[in-house]
Amino acid sequence: MSRLFAAAFAALALLVAAPAAAMTIEKIVSPSGITAWLVREHSVPLIALNYAFHGGSAQDEPDKAGTANLAADLLDEGAGDLDGKTFHERLENHAIELRFQVARDYFHGSLRTLNEHRDEAFDLLHLALSAPRFDADAVERVRGQMLSVLRRDSSNPNSIASRRWWETAFPDHPYGRESRGTLDSVPRIAATDLRDYVHRVFARNELTVSIVGDIDAQAAGALIDRAFAGLPAKSDLKPVADASLRGLGRRIVIDLDVPQAVVTFGGPGLARHDPDFMAGYVVNHILGGGTFSSRLYREVREKRGLAYGVSDSLVWFRRAAVVLGGTATRADRTADALVIVERETKRMAADGPTAEELAAAKAFLKGAYALSLDSSAKIAAQLTQIQLDNLGIDYIQRRGAMIDAVRIEDAKRVAKRLYGGGMLVTVAGRPKGLTSSE
Amino acid sequence: MTSKPRLLSVAAAVLTAALAVSSLAAEPPGPQVADFTLANGLELVVIPDHRVPVVTHMIWYKVGAADETPGKSGLAHFLEHLMFKGTAKNPSGRFSQAVAAVGAHENAFTANDYTAYYQRIPASQLKSMMDFEADRMTGLQLTDQVVLPEREVILEEQNQRVGNNPRARLSEQIDAALFLNHPYGKPTIGWRHEMEQLSRDDAVGFYRRFYAPNNAVVVVAGDVDPAQALKFAEDTYGKVPRHANILPRNRPQEPPPVAVRSLTLADPRVEQPVMQRDYLVPSFHTGKPGQSEALEVLAHIVGGGTSSRLYRALVVDQRVAVSAQAWYDSAAFDLSKFGVFAAPRPGVALPQLEAATDAVLAEIVANGVTAEELDRSKSRLIADAVYAQDNQVSMARWYGTALTTGGTVNDVRSWPERIRAVTLDSVHDAARQWLDKRRSVTGYLVKDTSVQAERKS
Repeated sequence: MSRLFAAAFAALALLVAAPAAAMTIEKIVSPSGITAWLVREHSVPLIALNYAFHGGSAQDEPDKAGTANLAADLLDEGAGDLDGKTFHERLENHAIELRFQVARDYFHGSLRTLNEHRDEAFDLLHLALSAPRFDADAVERVRGQMLSVLRRDSSNPNSIASRRWWETAFPDHPYGRESRGTLDSVPRIAATDLRDYVHRVFARNELTVSIVGDIDAQAAGALIDRAFAGLPAKSDLKPVADASLRGLGRRIVIDLDVPQAVVTFGGPGLARHDPDFMAGYVVNHILGGGTFSSRLYREVREKRGLAYGVSDSLVWFRRAAVVLGGTATRADRTADALVIVERETKRMAADGPTAEELAAAKAFLKGAYALSLDSSAKIAAQLTQIQLDNLGIDYIQRRGAMIDAVRIEDAKRVAKRLYGGGMLVTVAGRPKGLTSSE
Repeated sequence: MTSKPRLLSVAAAVLTAALAVSSLAAEPPGPQVADFTLANGLELVVIPDHRVPVVTHMIWYKVGAADETPGKSGLAHFLEHLMFKGTAKNPSGRFSQAVAAVGAHENAFTANDYTAYYQRIPASQLKSMMDFEADRMTGLQLTDQVVLPEREVILEEQNQRVGNNPRARLSEQIDAALFLNHPYGKPTIGWRHEMEQLSRDDAVGFYRRFYAPNNAVVVVAGDVDPAQALKFAEDTYGKVPRHANILPRNRPQEPPPVAVRSLTLADPRVEQPVMQRDYLVPSFHTGKPGQSEALEVLAHIVGGGTSSRLYRALVVDQRVAVSAQAWYDSAAFDLSKFGVFAAPRPGVALPQLEAATDAVLAEIVANGVTAEELDRSKSRLIADAVYAQDNQVSMARWYGTALTTGGTVNDVRSWPERIRAVTLDSVHDAARQWLDKRRSVTGYLVKDTSVQAERKS
């Protein structure tokens, strides 16, 4: 039994009927002119807000990598008249959750509140975004926490393999740098850098908002204005250049004394608006999409017991796209596992999937989407992603047909395009018999 | 595999087996949870959530790592992996293919007291999933051909979770030192030297001993009508015969703890030292009424979030730590743990950090907590109950965990009321009674410099 929610603004409302999801997305405009997508959900007395500003860690100065991330971590450490202690107590007294996260292209935020405390929640969000204090003691405390995480990462094989992969794939480009920055760059960040980031990025013109909860369009518009109307009208972003992936065919082994070697592998991916995207998405699911039936899972784990996990996925940004995977295996079998991964990848490039695999993958991908829409917080996050990717308010409705439209010849062609060019591989550990190669 | 499931809670009214809605007008709105027991002893809990046509179907067996025979550590978890290897009726892969064919998600996890398997599926697939689960409850077929590669997989999982992770190694050592007699001292994933010897016969023996309808709880959360779910369960699980000899869970119990214990684990990869201390405390199941709830509130006030005592004192005011927290897990069939964790700032020695931590705890033991702290913690914990309602997996896990660690549906349902009833005195009593260092093990994780010096890089 599914339930449809009444839409007050019928002209703007759109009934979404994915194979297993039914909900109404309304496009609303707040009194101050901010557009948002709203889903009304009356059965749980809470509100979930998800939003994003264009301008993530790619905005960091190269020698100050980690600026956006440090700013995000400091937004709830004091704002306006409230010092950090008071701000946190106000949040906790009402069980309000504010989360901030920085990706390469975007600053992402979410808010969750019980309906009865929603005004307080959106007021606190407004303060955090418009008047963060960046008090010296808070900056030093949070910087110390960030450095602690980076120190820990410096001997963690997963972080080491991943960092080296990105640095090698995108040298001299912001995408090659981790959002968290480095042990060298984080100490260089000054409070003025943090203020500069916030002032340049937190603006109304490149703001994306999604709201799900027990609320009507008018009240939602008022809340959105409470949080965002006071922000500057226009952002001031530095342009980010297109980036193409380097290092294909290279294997880099980073020596580390751990019992299990960690492998990161990947190559060029597909832009979200590439006409081949959906075909690539289906093909990659078949190769290594993370279910118990993918080719990599079967060959590496199920048949040979070489690893606990192995998978790969499509990752896309505004200026680049990659297909990225990973696994972890004991040192004396790492070479075997890599041979299998490379063999399966080449086999997929050469022959593509079978018709049966294609049909099974389509069924999976269509059905699985509903699982990403089964809570208010998840729906809000998904709506933000759909808006950022510019897929249209009817995307959830159209998605099934887009998947069905992938033909076997498309799948074969795109498999060659995705996996035919070789891979960049990084390994952290002491894999027996494996060395770096150009 | 999970090590520390956090119990979220919810205000829930309960439907009895007769499907009569209980009329508890004072209860906040929440799902109408139904609870049934089939003739063969299988318990079924249904948590309706009709927002989207998706269902989470979980089967929880009341068997975990603490039920393993000595010398066979890791066996409960190994069997969890092997449960995906097929039956006579559904040979290897067919279940997973059926799951994938409808876009469902499946997995499983093992802890000290339970082993659980789940699928997140379109609502229309519920009966089919029950059919598969009922079949593998007693129909599993294992050969060395599938068992031996899977043993390599769990060894790699051990490497990934523990071998490659110094903090997990520290926790493992603390558990081993904290539990002098109870099997909770063994790692759920197992000790490697024992995992390497686990056999097909070990797995089959364990399976035959513990997997049965009268040792299981099925939890269904999502877009389903309780009467319909009951009908499906009777048509599938209901056909599996009751096990004649499921023994009570009488594990070796702990003697009274009398010695303050401490240990140091040195690992060359440690770039951020930490201190962790675990106290032996009652769980919900072993505690007297109110004890577990008071510990829950105490843990939040001591170290839950940035307004907590430990965080304010160690991280903000004294600046000796970069992080500090405390936790308590009420869900254990036998004794549970109250944990404290802190990571020092550069230049701060672990004994100095430990002394600062001890001072915070001593202050609470001496003077208790404030009314403001009590109110803040209680409203936060009770709000978690509402937030949990937003996620059917959280709801299913919460009920499943409670019902396999000695709790009942009514215990879960009354959780917000029980938290609301916690007083300043009961929190103070909990601190005095349980934060006694003789009940604890303190572990230091430090960098091992000797290995570094020997190595040529």
